[in-house]
Amino acid sequence: MTQLFSLPLKVLNVGVRSFAESVAAVGAEATQIEWRPPVDGQVNAGHALARLINESRIEEANRSALAAFLDAQPVLEDVRSARDLIPGLAADRLILHAGPPVAWERMCGPMQGAIIGAILFEEWAVSPEDAARLAASGRVAFAPCHHHDAVGPMAGIISPSMPVWSVTNAAGHNRALSGLNEGLGKVLRFGAYNAEVLKRLRWMAAVLGPALSKAVKAAGGIELKPLMAQSLHMGDELHNRNTAGSSLLLKKLLPGLLQSGAPLDAIADVARFIAGNDHFFLNVSMAACKAMLDAAHGVRHSSLVTAMARNGVEFGIRMSGTGDAWFTAPAPIVDGLYFPGYGPADAAPDLGDSAITETAGLGGFAMAAAPAIVQFVGGTPADAEANTRRMRRISLGVNPAFTIPALGFAGSPVGIDARKVVDRGISPVMNTGIAHHTAGVGQVGAGISHAPVACFAQAIEALAQTIPGRVLDGV
Amino acid sequence: MPRIEKTLPNLYRDSVALMQLSARIEGYPGVTRATAVMATQANIDLLKEAKLIGPDLSPRPNDLLIVIEGRDDAAVAGALKQTEEALQQASRIPVDASTGPAAMPATSLEMALEDKPGANFALISTPGEYAAAEAEKALRLGLNTMVFSANVALDDEIALKQMARERNLLMMGPDCGTAIVNGVPLGFANALQRGPVGLVGSAGTGLQEVTCLLDRAGVGVSQALGCGARDLSAEVGALSMLQGLAALAGDASTRVVVLVAKHPAMEVARRIGKEAAQIDKPTVLTFLGLDLGDIASRNIFVAGTLDGAARIAAALALGQQPPGPAGLDPALAAMARENARRLGEHQRYIRALYSGGTFCYEAQVLLVQEAGPIWSNTPIETAHALPDIWKSREHTLIDLGDEVFTRGRPHPMIDLRLRLERLRQEFDDPQTAVILLDVVLGYGAHPNPGAEIASAIAAARANRPQDGHDVIVVASVCGTQADPQTLSQQEEMLRQAGVLLAPSNAAAARLAAKIVDASPNRAGLA
Repeated sequence: MTQLFSLPLKVLNVGVRSFAESVAAVGAEATQIEWRPPVDGQVNAGHALARLINESRIEEANRSALAAFLDAQPVLEDVRSARDLIPGLAADRLILHAGPPVAWERMCGPMQGAIIGAILFEEWAVSPEDAARLAASGRVAFAPCHHHDAVGPMAGIISPSMPVWSVTNAAGHNRALSGLNEGLGKVLRFGAYNAEVLKRLRWMAAVLGPALSKAVKAAGGIELKPLMAQSLHMGDELHNRNTAGSSLLLKKLLPGLLQSGAPLDAIADVARFIAGNDHFFLNVSMAACKAMLDAAHGVRHSSLVTAMARNGVEFGIRMSGTGDAWFTAPAPIVDGLYFPGYGPADAAPDLGDSAITETAGLGGFAMAAAPAIVQFVGGTPADAEANTRRMRRISLGVNPAFTIPALGFAGSPVGIDARKVVDRGISPVMNTGIAHHTAGVGQVGAGISHAPVACFAQAIEALAQTIPGRVLDGV
Repeated sequence: MPRIEKTLPNLYRDSVALMQLSARIEGYPGVTRATAVMATQANIDLLKEAKLIGPDLSPRPNDLLIVIEGRDDAAVAGALKQTEEALQQASRIPVDASTGPAAMPATSLEMALEDKPGANFALISTPGEYAAAEAEKALRLGLNTMVFSANVALDDEIALKQMARERNLLMMGPDCGTAIVNGVPLGFANALQRGPVGLVGSAGTGLQEVTCLLDRAGVGVSQALGCGARDLSAEVGALSMLQGLAALAGDASTRVVVLVAKHPAMEVARRIGKEAAQIDKPTVLTFLGLDLGDIASRNIFVAGTLDGAARIAAALALGQQPPGPAGLDPALAAMARENARRLGEHQRYIRALYSGGTFCYEAQVLLVQEAGPIWSNTPIETAHALPDIWKSREHTLIDLGDEVFTRGRPHPMIDLRLRLERLRQEFDDPQTAVILLDVVLGYGAHPNPGAEIASAIAAARANRPQDGHDVIVVASVCGTQADPQTLSQQEEMLRQAGVLLAPSNAAAARLAAKIVDASPNRAGLA
């Protein structure tokens, strides 16, 4: 029978605080749990969790998925036209966008602007008005980057002629792609489509892409994990702070660039372009993260989150054990600081696939590596550290490859467990830029946002369906 | 009257904290009515009924809703400001960068277990609709579990108890208000000596009464395990009581077993009796309201009342011959006759106001025999359900802990206001002869019930016509010297207020019956 009578009682109290106080009053150990109802009071979420907590099938699956993630070795291998690497783009008029699926009519301003720009760039229309009509007509298809092994920041638009980074997981052979970062200001990913934007896009396709391809191949491919780990030690978190990563990447590419055989002034343009863009590494970081996470995707019964993404209308997640399903909720507004002249009324809802970095344990999860970020929300370095510690409580483990000096070189928390997000009411935090809600204005600020817990509640309810056994009725 | 309404998003507080907050706001200057609740559908409906909010508010269960009504706009605005400041103060958690992950408060059982891997017990008192899920998590995490929450689905209760049995874990509840495990008070429980008597009960105040009487007899308790109010129904089949009985059978510190329940299903009671007969420890069956016939045997003893159970168990523990059933103590009978002289010719009825449901039930069982038909909101027979629970009729025994009274209010063991309002009402009724009360002490209960009751009685007495007659108040105090309220101090306060004290609930009920029996119009012999 139960051994309880021969042990000192150690109580966990869920509910009325005075019960814990009574236990403590007699000198026994009582821990008050700061409980609140799951997800806005959804009883069903609680029932789903009850089947999944400490469930051996899930624990086993998560161990497997996390191992595949940690073993992944993303290698930057090439830069090619999107149409050469994405079969769907070669076949039909298809444009990829950030976040979960969304129809043209519902897209936010920056995303529509970026698509108009892409259509003009591809010369499928000659004027913005015609481009918009074409987009609305149904004669151009739209799909999430994620459905084609790709990721894109902000509007995240990839069209057939755009050059993309190709990152391969050497340990698993899956591949992830991302476009080249245009820089700041009036750029396509914030919805701008003027002449300057189109000119830059053409230069990137004609000059930058091919030059980078030669440089990467000359380097024999570039292992990204060591480079990213080093960046974390230099003040980057690899979502909103990429300065170190961009510099280290340029170091790797420079010899190959110089030997590429391109004219010197073209090389100079390339070098100037990269050197002038502190976020140049972001897209590489994102592709590397996707390559690592895709290796962990598709493990039956796993509650490891493999993607978080926003399209400016909805926030969506994918989970390892639930296949291609997206679990979505309205995209949150970002809490942050604004550039002079702008304020919360100007903000677009959260946008972009760059939350893939947080999904992989970087960005907001590694905030303790980049204390400068918290200034965006008026916080202190202690807050940055507290954030990383909080994220540890919803993660399956830590990444020994990505260590954070300020935490005594502890590994960054990794492997978001959807169960823990719902059970503990702790939402993944993301460091992010804020776009103006009108196409083409550009970035208006930066800050912190939280993934909607509702997405994770849907995901775990779907997962609970796959576990046989008795269900609590709650009737 | 000006009224202000404010919703604070994503701010969760438990029901007890909110009721304390409501009471505090009502104390601010110029406030006439105030309430703070989580904006669930149920609470919104309550507030609409009370005409505190309009029809249009939609439910947001994780938002905190404050409504304040006051004598003028300034008072109301001031009260709201004070309320918001009070809430902010309470939620300030200092961020200390130098401490580890344990600095963050745990927000779930699994999270807490990561911080405290040695934890072995989960006590769950969330709102009922969430309790089953929390209990299942607790069992999956290997924790012995007590569920204080009520309103858990029957199927869930059965499933949880079966799961607990498979995993060799205790599952006490749902709707389990009292337990004492390894000497630690859980829920509403008293400070007791440790000793050889082990108890299992589905009746919370029943467990409290028996354990307190044992304590007064100098006999200690090894374990007092709760089952949950519904455990001995036909559907649940006493899964928890049988598990508890087996646990006590195997517990070296337990030499005598007492089982306590309120009117169990007959076949369930028989099954328990059979199981109890198999263990080699003397077992006292206290199934109030159920006549088990000739089930007594070498090691099975039957008690018809809670105090009888305590007397038998104490005797067994002390190696003495267990006594037979006892009637009213002669000294109390004399007290009854003497005090009955204070009653006038119109005063004929007993009005009992109980905080403990088991006390109300036990008293009904006794008084139906000794005083005649008894009306109640929790009647023994449906024919005597009180038509209006807010108005007594002839002999009336009220269980103020029943849901009809506790919806949106704290339990009467914690908050005396409703009971004392009713006390005043009964005092003012010229037909009331005796008011009967239970006063429950211990952890979780009101810190000084005796003082509040004494004060209310004095005020009520002062308001009566000075006609040379009186209302007689009879009470029993369920508690121990070691309780935070200190038994003797509470009894003294009540005595000073003219309350006639009986040593147990059964004795108090019998004393009340004896008083009306000895009264000028002898209504008790109806």
